[in-house]
Amino acid sequence: MTIPVFEPWNDPEAKPLIQFQNVTKRFGDFTAIDDLTIGIYEKEFFALLGPSGCGKTTMMRMLAGFETPTEGKIFLSGQDMAPVPPNKRATNMMFQSYALFPHLSIWENIAFGLKREGMAKPQISDRVNEMLRLTRLEKFASRKPHQISGGQRQRVALARSLAKKPKLLLLDEPLGALDKKLRQDTQFELMDIQEQTGTTFVIVTHDQEEAMTVASRVAVMDNGRIIQVATPDRIYETPNSVYVADFIGEVNIIDGTATPNGENSYSVAWKDGQAPLNVVSPNSLSDGQSCHLAIRPEKVTINAEKPTGVDNVVAGKILDIAYLGNLSTYHVELPSGAVIKAQSANTRRISRRAFTWEDTVWLSWTATAGVLLAE
Amino acid sequence: MMRRFTLIAVPYLWLLALFLVPFVIVFKISLSDVALARPPYTPHFDWATGIWAFLSELDFENFVFLTQDDLYWKAYLSSLKIAVISTLLTLLVGYPMAYAMARAPSEWRATLMMLVILPFWTSFLIRVYAWMGILSNEGFLNQFLLWTGVISEPLTILNTNTAVYIGIVYTYLPFMILPIYAALERLDESLIEAAEDLGCSRLSAFWLVTIPLSKTGIIAGCFLVFIPVLGEFVIPSLLGGSDTLMIGKVLWEEFFSNRDWPVASAVAVVLLLLLIIPIVLFQRNQQKQQEAEQ
Ligand SMILES: Nc1ncnc2c1ncn2[C@@H]1O[C@H](COP(=O)(O)OP(=O)(O)OP(=O)(O)O)[C@@H](O)[C@H]1O
Ligand SMILES: [Mg+2]
Repeated sequence: MTIPVFEPWNDPEAKPLIQFQNVTKRFGDFTAIDDLTIGIYEKEFFALLGPSGCGKTTMMRMLAGFETPTEGKIFLSGQDMAPVPPNKRATNMMFQSYALFPHLSIWENIAFGLKREGMAKPQISDRVNEMLRLTRLEKFASRKPHQISGGQRQRVALARSLAKKPKLLLLDEPLGALDKKLRQDTQFELMDIQEQTGTTFVIVTHDQEEAMTVASRVAVMDNGRIIQVATPDRIYETPNSVYVADFIGEVNIIDGTATPNGENSYSVAWKDGQAPLNVVSPNSLSDGQSCHLAIRPEKVTINAEKPTGVDNVVAGKILDIAYLGNLSTYHVELPSGAVIKAQSANTRRISRRAFTWEDTVWLSWTATAGVLLAE
Repeated sequence: MMRRFTLIAVPYLWLLALFLVPFVIVFKISLSDVALARPPYTPHFDWATGIWAFLSELDFENFVFLTQDDLYWKAYLSSLKIAVISTLLTLLVGYPMAYAMARAPSEWRATLMMLVILPFWTSFLIRVYAWMGILSNEGFLNQFLLWTGVISEPLTILNTNTAVYIGIVYTYLPFMILPIYAALERLDESLIEAAEDLGCSRLSAFWLVTIPLSKTGIIAGCFLVFIPVLGEFVIPSLLGGSDTLMIGKVLWEEFFSNRDWPVASAVAVVLLLLLIIPIVLFQRNQQKQQEAEQ
């Protein structure tokens, strides 16, 4: 038996729930969203990642109906959304600023949308209490927003947007103010809700780990453009550009010149004057093309002795050690002055660590460990 | 310690000098009897006869008189009615203006604010006279309406209650606009968006979010208009007719036409007592607003 994989984006038959078609949004002469074309499918958990000011909120606001695209069209379930006002859209948005009604209690804030639907009183009460339980706010139901903490306010905003069970839920940094434990719990709650209700989620986050945990696909944005959209593992393992590789997680970038020496196989000469590196990469490069080798620190092995039979090996001196509890990151300086990071699990207690500062070590990695990126 | 004492003492001294002392004087006159003298009442305090002889001559006769002649309570009631109606009218005119100002592009707001305050730069009396010129039978308004052919006979507006309402709304509009504008300007636009996102139409978002959040401004504006209008004298006497009954006008006539200072003072004291209620309510509202902001 095979488990059906959820990959509608690979299915040419599948119709996206949301379709951005060459959408551009300008504020005056500033372009916040630049010619964006993307489809988001039903039941997806779509994460937007990107530096501050890259246009994530603007994209959300266009979906919710608060901004109209300067150019291009947005379709929801195949319907052009341009003439549809926000209150007629089957979407709910959790605002980055929370936008809680200060004159209403927490309970009334959460009930606000339900009352507008004309839902019966007992149902409203049930639903609100359910939301309060979910976000662990039962004790605060009768307080006003200014009488609770920042993290509690964030949960009220989340509860309020979830209450109406919308078809599309837009969450603008929904968990940023929560502590790690509560954040993880809430992430799993969100995934549960998503599984139960089949709601489509678009979520903005600054926390890559969160994007990796919850998302079916991640979009990395920069300056109003989407640089790459892919599943979390592909974003991490095969970024399509130095920007994405650098934005997601830690990475070593080695600049060099590629020479093909087999199918998908290259020899990369790098500035150090050391032996060329052997790299297997699906991205095709021409002879003599300058390129960047992106390699994650955890894929670089640190050795006390020079290992044999490995694809790539370099010598260096430990410059710095970052202790992360479960992991340590070693910053190794090569004779040329370049620094390569290698990460390894702390399987022994710190006092019995095999390497220390100023040790000379050998770093090694396989030909398939990194990705070769063109300029 | 000394510094704190001075800090607290200053407002109290102010209150004592500008409110309590005049009030006691007026109250004393209200307990006196009218007399053909200068000033036109008796008794006067005399060191020779002593304080007790002086106090024994004071009585509440004038207050009893106020209840006997129905002119007075009718005037109070009529003032109350005019004050309530004109406060509502001012709210109806002022709220949309404040709303428009708060929604205007920010570079325009200072200019709009200036325009609201600008009338204060000319004398109030001159502006009321100007309204006489506009509203009279041969005034600008009638000439304009006759010229456009909307009416064939000039309208009688001046010296009616309508003219009084127009005058009051015009004069007190800034007092309504400014507090409402202050409340609306602070209102976070994203709250309206959140309401719309949760299924409100523009109109219901206005009712459910904008109005409640500008409530303190509305209340403040209403009191700021209501309180002075209740005792208003210039507008009813210049724009109103003989049937416009307002306590401020009665007060003025008692003082200056009848030269009955004791009765006039009694009228003033009662008016003040009536005003204490809205003033206390107003203070409460301001306090609540300050607490909400913290
Ligand atoms: N109403 C507006 N007028 C002018 N510029 C705007 C407006 N709204 C957003 N911008 C600009 O558009 C860009 C994108 O803004 P947006 O709010 O989408 O960023 P973001 O990706 O959500 O950032 P953050 O992670 O900080 O929330 C920013 O440079 C911002 O200054
Ligand atoms: Mg944002």
